[in-house]
Amino acid sequence: MSIELVLKYLTSPNFVHGAEMTLLLTIASLVFGVLIGLVLALIQESQTRLGTVVTLAYLWLFRGTPVLFQIIFIYNVLPSFGIRLSAFVCAVLALSLNEGAYMAEILRSGLQAVRKGQRTAGLALGMTRTEMMRYVVIPQAARIVLPPIGNQMIGMLKLSALVSVIAVEELLLVANQTASADFRYFEALTAAGIYYLAMTTAFMGLQTLLEIVLDPKKRQRMRRLSLTERMLGTSKALAVR
Amino acid sequence: MHHLLEIVGINKSFGATQVLKTCTLTVDPSETLVVIGPSGSGKSTLLRCVNLLETVDSGDIFFEGENITRARRTAHLLRRQIGMVFQNFELFAHLSAAENVMLAPVKILGMSRADAHDIAVDLLRKVQIPEKADAFPDELSGGQQQRVAIARALAMRPKLMLYDEPTSALDPEMIREVLDVMATLSAEGMTSIVVTHEMGFARRAADRIVFMEQGEIIESAPSDQFFGGAVNDRARRFLDQILH
Repeated sequence: MSIELVLKYLTSPNFVHGAEMTLLLTIASLVFGVLIGLVLALIQESQTRLGTVVTLAYLWLFRGTPVLFQIIFIYNVLPSFGIRLSAFVCAVLALSLNEGAYMAEILRSGLQAVRKGQRTAGLALGMTRTEMMRYVVIPQAARIVLPPIGNQMIGMLKLSALVSVIAVEELLLVANQTASADFRYFEALTAAGIYYLAMTTAFMGLQTLLEIVLDPKKRQRMRRLSLTERMLGTSKALAVR
Repeated sequence: MHHLLEIVGINKSFGATQVLKTCTLTVDPSETLVVIGPSGSGKSTLLRCVNLLETVDSGDIFFEGENITRARRTAHLLRRQIGMVFQNFELFAHLSAAENVMLAPVKILGMSRADAHDIAVDLLRKVQIPEKADAFPDELSGGQQQRVAIARALAMRPKLMLYDEPTSALDPEMIREVLDVMATLSAEGMTSIVVTHEMGFARRAADRIVFMEQGEIIESAPSDQFFGGAVNDRARRFLDQILH
């Protein structure tokens, strides 16, 4: 194996572009996935019969078929109905719709994990339902759903490789094409693997950061500890932990 | 002058069970009412009907002379004037004690954080735990949590306080600190309706005792009269049971 070649691949415009595409696909699909999931979760929360039927049908459809199937279906079937979208848009659409189904379940479980009494307490203070959700329920649910959402973030990064089947120039497709052109599979795939690991590592870091931001207690403790205390390890809070 | 609160013949059923049967009750400003009765007698439901957390099936409720019974759309405006304290405290777990007190004034009334913080500090001093302002609910004892919950309700400057078994979930040694705060508030003229089994508190702080059984208000008498023995037989039986 040639380390130089791996480095060359890592810095080549093709790979950088492929990695960017993977990241863009992942982030766009996650954002839309969370939005779809939130809407579905809130519809279920409202407990209307129509809402329940609609969300159940959605979950049944998108959790019940492979993502790969959904990607190929959207890319190949929509044009026959006159809807022409670019491969990238199809990819984001398919990944978002699929992600939305899983996010809906995660967010619903988060909302349900906030005790009913907390809602009553918010209402009793004079909040409207919207205010109660916004200031009481969602901040608490956000903390609960963060670890499973972290899982989904990392899962999505890897899932995005599937859209290579509809010729979106993402990281794996670039690596595979480069490898077969140069007959250097080991180097090309190693370079792609390094990019994947770097991105998943960054996502894990982001998750840890968000957990600190969303946990008021951890945040407060970080503030309380002065830098010198942290360096000298003289703080009681650290000793307890 | 109007009564502060007037409940006229309200009925409430959950499914086939009738929880409130033609209950009628008035509360005047500065009055402290203690509601007692066996569990399942409808005491909590009565409280929850007052601030429209439950809607009654029939009958009327007047607050400051205004019929609020069917004001479901403006229920949140009414609730801003009525504080409520729960058996399980229900402090917001993601906020510190001070932030729990500040939340409603800041988010609902649009008060500045600085002003709300001043109010929170004052109120936490009033409930005797100024030093716990930055503590989170799970770092506080039950008694401390309940006192923060009282401060949180007071932050909206309510005209009426509803206490729903405020000491039932507390260890015995913490009951006193909560009851003391409530008694002080009552003595200062805070109109209150208290559902409790604490007869000591009733004796000390109540102007009137209401006895409920099976959804009916059986007795509503001035405190001294009630404890002086002039009570109805069913109330006496209940008293004998809980006083052992």
